[in-house]
Amino acid sequence: MSGFSMVEALNRALADELAEDDKVLVFGQDVAALGGVFRVTEGLHDRFGDRVFDTPLAESAIVGTAIGMAMYGYRPVVEMQFDGFSYPAFEQIVSHVAKMRNRSRGHISLPMVIRIPFGGGIGSVEHHSESPETYFAHTAGLTVVSPAAADDAYSLLRSSIRSDDPVVFLEPKSRYWHRHEGTLPVTTLNIGVAQVRRPGTTATLIGYGPTVEVCLAAAVAGSDEGWDLEVIDLRSLSPLDTSTLISSVEKTGRAIVVHEAGSFLGMGAEIASQLTEKAFYSLQAPVLRVTGFDIPYPSAQLEAYHLPGVDRVLDAVARSLSY
Amino acid sequence: MVDNPIETNSPGSGTRIDPGIVRCLPDQTRPTSRLLEHKLTSDELLHLYQRMVEIRRFDELAMSLQRQGQLGVWASCLGQEAAQIGSAYALADQDWVFPSYRETAVGLMRGITPGDLLHQYRGTWLGGYDPYKHRFAMNSIPIATHALHATGLAMAAKRAGDNLVSVAYIGDGATSEGDAHEAMNFAAVFAAPVVFFVQNNHWAISVPLSAQTASPTLADRAPALGFRGMMVDGNDVAAVHRVMSDALEHARGGHGPVLVEAITYRIESHTTADDHTRYRTAAEVEEWRERDPIARLEHHLDSLGMLTDDIRRSTREAADAKASAARIEILQLSAGDPTELFQHVYHGERPLLQEQREMLRAELRAWEEM
Repeated sequence: MSGFSMVEALNRALADELAEDDKVLVFGQDVAALGGVFRVTEGLHDRFGDRVFDTPLAESAIVGTAIGMAMYGYRPVVEMQFDGFSYPAFEQIVSHVAKMRNRSRGHISLPMVIRIPFGGGIGSVEHHSESPETYFAHTAGLTVVSPAAADDAYSLLRSSIRSDDPVVFLEPKSRYWHRHEGTLPVTTLNIGVAQVRRPGTTATLIGYGPTVEVCLAAAVAGSDEGWDLEVIDLRSLSPLDTSTLISSVEKTGRAIVVHEAGSFLGMGAEIASQLTEKAFYSLQAPVLRVTGFDIPYPSAQLEAYHLPGVDRVLDAVARSLSY
Repeated sequence: MVDNPIETNSPGSGTRIDPGIVRCLPDQTRPTSRLLEHKLTSDELLHLYQRMVEIRRFDELAMSLQRQGQLGVWASCLGQEAAQIGSAYALADQDWVFPSYRETAVGLMRGITPGDLLHQYRGTWLGGYDPYKHRFAMNSIPIATHALHATGLAMAAKRAGDNLVSVAYIGDGATSEGDAHEAMNFAAVFAAPVVFFVQNNHWAISVPLSAQTASPTLADRAPALGFRGMMVDGNDVAAVHRVMSDALEHARGGHGPVLVEAITYRIESHTTADDHTRYRTAAEVEEWRERDPIARLEHHLDSLGMLTDDIRRSTREAADAKASAARIEILQLSAGDPTELFQHVYHGERPLLQEQREMLRAELRAWEEM
């Protein structure tokens, strides 16, 4: 098979950082012998020994002990097995990971990465398909990123591990197995910079993680309607690259934000608000959102109704153009 | 009661709680069971007496500063001086302390100045001292959450081959939190050099120990997780020092964590924002006041003929002088430039915060011009 998948890219990023910096540690549940339930850490324990280790089953402790290790000069990369299992660690993340630098008046930095497989579309059971990004992006002190493509996953994870600020790294499960042509290593854009994945003039589609592919597919389908849609991959949810978004809207006059998380107080709400404030006179239509419903994540056979798909995005483009 | 509580258990096999509560100094308020030898010289006992008097004086100062509106709130450690000072005195310089908000005495023992320690209570910043300089982590207000940081730092130090012990100071209420359990379990599984120093002061704000746990002791948690638990009379500074020294030696020797339950009492309310008369009797508080840790040491020093009137007076005068200096230092604390609010949140600059800092700057300029 040519190229590499996102899982392979993440694995290689961890391996390369472990090889280059002996302060990097990788731990969590099932990451050693098993190689993680998604195999992101496969082979790392064999290669790096006890720098890649399993812990007891306790997410708060995984993040909480990583804080102590980061205080001592290590660069822990911890895995939450699933999005819905990150919540026991929420207090550690919000009350300590995010705040330690500020409350210690800059004395303590916590260079650590919390990897969380996130999002749906994989036909899983409850608590395995959630989109918790707003909780983290809303919290001052955290950096929150999400790659949409395998090459970017590699580079973003390496940048995250090298960041002196703590990073919540959201891995879109539905993109884990998609392959990218090319070879590793590769260097993409810095954290905090959005990427125009497809230039266009009719309207701007804004996605991140799993929905970038949906936006790109919608752009291809939209060309049948004569639409030339621009697609922006946010990559970084916090900080948010508003200047790339503003530049795009100044060109297209229309923006549609697409995410799996519900609409209420989601990333789309923030982006709509910022574009309204900062690009008001460029907008030809209100910023629209195509999101998951504001419901608990549904069961596997119903998730297709819930997730934003190409048709819903195209409908939103049509609505935007009708203003 | 056993003479050497450490040697009764071997790590990893058949660990159990050491029997009984270790005491070294006679308790003048009750018949005392067998006393163990302590590890302090007469000079050290006298030194600890002076520190206890001085730190109690400091606690009283903080209480009055709060009443005068100079501190936002105060969490007194009055009555817990023996537990805190005895345990802190046993620490080596390289050891790390992970305190809760009540560990004032430990912080002062680690050499933090009163002003640096009280930023949080004066409201001038969320913290103030350099945690690396004193190996005294940021105090943690969410209960038990810092126990995990202590375990993590101990795991890191062990990995680095550094000879240090990490001490988590938690209370009886904290033992009900999941994070306390997880911290103890991780420490035991990874044989990390951690001492969980649990000050059982009998009250978690208004909830008594009896409503906190059905376990006969808090030290019982340790053997359930495969490590050693010990109990000590937390109002006996010499016993606390002895047990803490043993616990530190055990952890330092690579034998894994130890839980020390120090039985003491919170004489004051939870904080100055609390009113303990609503949930406990004056008689109960009075009973514990009679078991005061300073009086107990004083009584002992007296019985050894070590406490002359001169020493009492000079100790009190030295404590007063330090309190006066502390008062000046605390009153001089100020919040400084408000734009510092944006300075420490991230390493790098963030456009959103830059924008907000400029907004605040503009407001400050406008106010100045008014």
